[in-house]
Amino acid sequence: MAATAESVAQVEEIRKYKHGWETDIEMETAPKGLSEDTIRFISAKKEEPDWMLGWRLKAYRHWLTMEEPTWAMVDYPTIDFQDIYYYAAPKTTEGPKSLDEVDPELLRTYEKLGIPLKEQEVLAGVQGAPKVAVDAVFDSVSVATTFKKELESHGVIFCPISEALKEHPELVRKYLGTVVPYTDNFYATLNSAVFSDGSFVYIPPGVRCPMELSTYFRMNAKESGQFERTLVIADEGSYVSYLEGCTAPMRDENQLHAAVVELITMDDAEIKYSTVQNWYPGDENGKGGIYNFVTKRGACRGDNSKIRWTQVETGSAITWKYPSCILQGDNSVGDFYSVAIANNAQQADTGTKMIHLGKGTRSRIISKGISAGKAQNTYRGLVRMGPKALNGRNFTQCDSLLIGDRCGAHTIPYIESKNRTAKVEHEATTSRISEDQMFYCRQRGIGEEDAVALIVNGFCKEVLQELPMEFAVEAQKLVGISLEGSVG
Amino acid sequence: MIEIKNLHAAVDGMPILKGLDLTIASGEVHAIMGPNGAGKSTLSYVLSGREGYQVTDGTVAFKGQNLLELEPEQRAAAGLFLAFQYPVEIPGVTNMTFLKHALNSVRIQRGAAELDAMEFLKLVRAKTKELGMSDDMLKRAVNIGFSGGEKKRNEILQMAVLEPTFAVLDETDSGLDIDALKIVAEGVNALRCRERSMLVITHYQRLLDYIVPDHVHVLAAGRIVTSGDKELALHLEEEGYAAFAERAAA
Ligand SMILES: Nc1ncnc2c1ncn2[C@@H]1O[C@H](COP(=O)(O)OP(=O)(O)OP(=O)(O)O)[C@@H](O)[C@H]1O
Ligand SMILES: [Mg+2]
Repeated sequence: MAATAESVAQVEEIRKYKHGWETDIEMETAPKGLSEDTIRFISAKKEEPDWMLGWRLKAYRHWLTMEEPTWAMVDYPTIDFQDIYYYAAPKTTEGPKSLDEVDPELLRTYEKLGIPLKEQEVLAGVQGAPKVAVDAVFDSVSVATTFKKELESHGVIFCPISEALKEHPELVRKYLGTVVPYTDNFYATLNSAVFSDGSFVYIPPGVRCPMELSTYFRMNAKESGQFERTLVIADEGSYVSYLEGCTAPMRDENQLHAAVVELITMDDAEIKYSTVQNWYPGDENGKGGIYNFVTKRGACRGDNSKIRWTQVETGSAITWKYPSCILQGDNSVGDFYSVAIANNAQQADTGTKMIHLGKGTRSRIISKGISAGKAQNTYRGLVRMGPKALNGRNFTQCDSLLIGDRCGAHTIPYIESKNRTAKVEHEATTSRISEDQMFYCRQRGIGEEDAVALIVNGFCKEVLQELPMEFAVEAQKLVGISLEGSVG
Repeated sequence: MIEIKNLHAAVDGMPILKGLDLTIASGEVHAIMGPNGAGKSTLSYVLSGREGYQVTDGTVAFKGQNLLELEPEQRAAAGLFLAFQYPVEIPGVTNMTFLKHALNSVRIQRGAAELDAMEFLKLVRAKTKELGMSDDMLKRAVNIGFSGGEKKRNEILQMAVLEPTFAVLDETDSGLDIDALKIVAEGVNALRCRERSMLVITHYQRLLDYIVPDHVHVLAAGRIVTSGDKELALHLEEEGYAAFAERAAA
């Protein structure tokens, strides 16, 4: 009797988070804990140049002097940084040269996630099928990058950052840490010391990247942290759209994820960076979910350049994330489109920073926060108009939607203007799914959970429609799944 | 089709329906008239299972089934449709998306196959055309920025797509101009058939010139006080409810 109830509960749990399985694969790990030895181990494993090791060690020594920030509206037990594996790699996949060399067990993992790496390449011949080049990161290493050849023919570099350090060290050295310096903040500094892998993208001048680039992150190993580092550079007049997706198996222990993403656009260049984050959110009480402490920042270095962040954040027990734009170039544009959903015991503190430095710089922030269960959802945004940001413009729209009466939504805008010609507009609303709307849907035959998903998708529409097609459909489904159990 | 017996219902503990009896046979159209606050909309909500409307006594049998034990969406799947007196706005959800969700939800519950995007588009285009509506309305968010008349027409479109067996139309004629009234009435009449019944709630005899009812009832103070044929509506219009109720009480 009790056993049946328990297995029913388990099945229930698994149904709720469909990526909650682990891959049985032999792993190679660095010794647990953090020390200069750990960092030397990682750097040696990746056969990095000396300057890279030097940079990591500088970061580590700086990190030792820092304290974990406490200003965010999130609450969690102290993290024991000595109780984490900082490097975990599938044993068999060191340095795959092509997909054929990748462990089939790993390929199956990605298939289960709906990312068939092999098919991606095969499909390329099929007319009309959207092309997406994928770099898949499994715990600490990148296991496969598809479409490499075709991208190379356009001069586009898309590879694991560890590979870029070998093949294009001058490019990495020139840009790494120039947007998020190793001293930036507690988690970014930690990442700088121990980052294991991630993607590197360089689009040469005048090139419009012929396909979407995509990275899928999967955390699998127990008690491991994932510290990936992504660096995207769009040179003059180039364009790229980059997608990032994430999942993790269910664990009882909370896993730490502290990534750094740096984007750089030169004159007239544009980067669209989209994220659908679906890390394991933990059980009803948040137990076992991912702690997601991420630093994402883009620098519009060139005139008329443009960076757009689009994010759909549905997973993680804790999300601490503020994708930002530094608008240095004259007339450069920064956009931030965000959907953040927090259900059950999830806590999300997310938003953006728009730093206007150049003349005629413009930014737009559209944030949709949805809270359900006893979740707390905070929007935190900074808009700063520097003294030279002549005629700078910002428009911010922050909408919160509450489902039930035990959750919370908070909007914390910071506005600093040092230029009188600059204009900053901020609009905020808070609403609930009304009983009228629910009844109207149900009278038309739509069940409660479907009705919530439908109404929330409508609420998020402005943001979801910014996602590339393939992702938008997935994201819409995710919105529904992540809110299951929030009514009734 | 539907048999309502001694129905008592309360809102927030306040009794509104006080022993209502009404039987509608298959294929019949009944009209309900009655003063403001009599409980007409309350009846429509009780039938469709809205939360907060407690049934304190009585029974409702719908095609032999106990209607009152079903969830609202199950009642919809069973063939019950309510055209709302005040249609609800849903920001960001297009009419098209909403209709497709509704139809497929109902079809799934009825054990029918879902319609794909193309099949659905074909169906909905045909329906909008019949109702003289522009396809533009399908692309707009549900009832957002719709004029009063457009909202009512949209209700009829939903009815035409969902093809219920029993439809309650709550003041669908209010806010319609003469031309729209005719179109809506034609739409409703087109749906009239032997397998489908309707309950038309209205304040105006005029609607009943277009949708000719088989029976007319007067609902006052939570009960059906008089029933008759179409002529009853004419008398009501001449006399007014107050005088009528006085005479009925005498
Ligand atoms: N949610 C509610 N809370 C309190 N009273 C309510 C509620 N809903 C309805 N009532 C009351 O119940 C009574 C019947 O209302 P109902 O809407 O059914 O009337 P109606 O016959 O449809 O009137 P109208 O012709 O104006 O549409 C009214 O007195 C109304 O104020
Ligand atoms: Mg009414």
